[in-house]
Amino acid sequence: MKKAMYGKFGGQFVPEVLMPALTELEEAYNRYKDDPKFLEELDYYMKEFAGRETPLYFARNLSKKYGIKIYLKREDLVHGGAHKLNNTLGQALLAKYMGKTRIIAETGAGQHGTATAMAAANMGFESEVYMGAKDVMRQHMNVYRMELMGCKVHSVESGSKTLKDAINEALRDWVTNVENTHYLIGSVVGPHPYPMIVRDFQSVIGKEVKEQIMEKEGRYPDSIVACAGGGSNAMGIFHPFIDDKDVKLFPVEAGGKEMKTTEKEALHSASLCVGEEGILQGAHTLILQDKYGQILESSSVSAGLDYSGVGPELAYLADIGRITPCSISDDEALEAFYELSRLEGIIPALESSHAVAYVMKMAKTRELGDLVVINLSGRGDKDLETVFKLKEEEEKEACQ
Amino acid sequence: MRIADKFAELKGKNEKALIAYVCAGDPSAEATKEIVHALVKGGADIVELGLPFSDPVADGPTIQAASTRALAAGMNPDIYFEMAASIKENVPLVCMTYYNLIYKRGTVKFAKDCAEAGITGIIVPDLPAEEADELQDSCKENGVDLIFLITPVTTGKRMEKNLEKTSGFVYIVSRLGVTGERVDVAESTKNILAGIDTEVPKAVGFGISNGKQAAEVIKAGADAFIVGSAFVNIIASGEDVNERVEKLASELKESCR
Repeated sequence: MKKAMYGKFGGQFVPEVLMPALTELEEAYNRYKDDPKFLEELDYYMKEFAGRETPLYFARNLSKKYGIKIYLKREDLVHGGAHKLNNTLGQALLAKYMGKTRIIAETGAGQHGTATAMAAANMGFESEVYMGAKDVMRQHMNVYRMELMGCKVHSVESGSKTLKDAINEALRDWVTNVENTHYLIGSVVGPHPYPMIVRDFQSVIGKEVKEQIMEKEGRYPDSIVACAGGGSNAMGIFHPFIDDKDVKLFPVEAGGKEMKTTEKEALHSASLCVGEEGILQGAHTLILQDKYGQILESSSVSAGLDYSGVGPELAYLADIGRITPCSISDDEALEAFYELSRLEGIIPALESSHAVAYVMKMAKTRELGDLVVINLSGRGDKDLETVFKLKEEEEKEACQ
Repeated sequence: MRIADKFAELKGKNEKALIAYVCAGDPSAEATKEIVHALVKGGADIVELGLPFSDPVADGPTIQAASTRALAAGMNPDIYFEMAASIKENVPLVCMTYYNLIYKRGTVKFAKDCAEAGITGIIVPDLPAEEADELQDSCKENGVDLIFLITPVTTGKRMEKNLEKTSGFVYIVSRLGVTGERVDVAESTKNILAGIDTEVPKAVGFGISNGKQAAEVIKAGADAFIVGSAFVNIIASGEDVNERVEKLASELKESCR
């Protein structure tokens, strides 16, 4: 297996101009990832700035209602409100060690953009974030947050105006400014070494869960459930458990309005479930595409899952049967959003609501076992407007 | 026509090559055929026919917009090869596209379809040498040149490797960035040209839009120059397209005699 590959997935399908930068990044990462000074500094940021470790919370009321033990890994409590900061702190610190002065990023829901803006402001980088125009509309509070922290936000008008197009635009920036700029990719996607780097920085989630669940339950969980768009929170919690074969791993994709794919678009974002092999944004992975290989626009109520591809390592793990991809519809996710808010007093992000919904749906089938950990990857404050709008529309329809 | 034959012919006449890019199917397959005719009439020596992709990461706004128009008008690889086969100009045709379209069709079939349609070269901006073995084998079997790129940051071993792999010509990216018109041709182009050691013809692209710039890169040692966005802009305007395309081609060709 080539070092850049996960089975047949992965690789470096990028313009020639980026190849030296990818090599430079890989060399720097390999140099610093075990460097005591780098690790000490990263540890400091994780503890003092991000607020780690995050609790593994026993969801008493949810467990009671659904008849199995459910724990929530509280990544929603990380500074910024999502797991994204784990990766941005790691990569920003790496960029600092590499002598870069400028950081660019793409963002879907705005969580990765916000986490990038936080890390950049704190460590003294100039930062610019690319965000699809559609996402700017549905997540404009996050745009304000980024701007408050001195980050310049570019609204991307091309293509479907969502995450995929934001990545394209960030890549175009990077090919132009590659000499002083670090492209801080927010998920386990893109060309090698990004899927590996992002996974490693996010693996802190799974490492903490291992210790916490042993302490609380004296054993590993039967199942771990995490939502997956690109797949960074999923890989982060799954990776330390990959060799523990008794632990079932469920990445939950966005089933959108329905699991239907037309010639022009997908009404969902479930590339692991129904995508086909192809090359997107630097990697050989599973993607939503038409018969010619044109990339289809994806759809989801949650901006953070609305992506036509998925990380290559997840595609590989699905291929060898180590993970079990599944999907949850917009409506099911919304129901879980309300349910967790009411039962536990925790408002989950719409993305994470997909993972909660899957556990609610499957609890009685016993498929998940008796002890389940859900990665609660983000908090739902950013989604209130989206949810209220949907509720209003629903009420209007009901009146008619 | 093979690319090497064209360069040999030009060498005999002591001429440099104008390589013109257009996006196939913008605004329609029929229009592209006429535009190619106008380009060749004006003096284009090689025509790059872009096969539009939904996510063209190496292209600037001009060619992105052209790709979107072409896809909306129904261009797809099947129609593309049919159209290319019906072009009967006496110049090499080169396919420029992104790797997923090739991967999805199958590298073997794609190279074969090119050969059958009279396309004798392929440029894939998101396929670095490391990932290109499969397509390169298929190209060799079918007598199609696979053209690699050299950029301002391609140095040392990478430069050697890309020069060794490329055939037909080597595509020298004049500056960091995406395709699109620029005011001046970067100093870095001259540095790359000065530092390059190869028998393969050197073609400079990205940012060249007028005769003055073309003359500069030719003077700096290029064997060919590539103009894309300037033609695409004329096509986008929709006004007297064939006449203006021919005129620009003729001016560009004249500037490097």
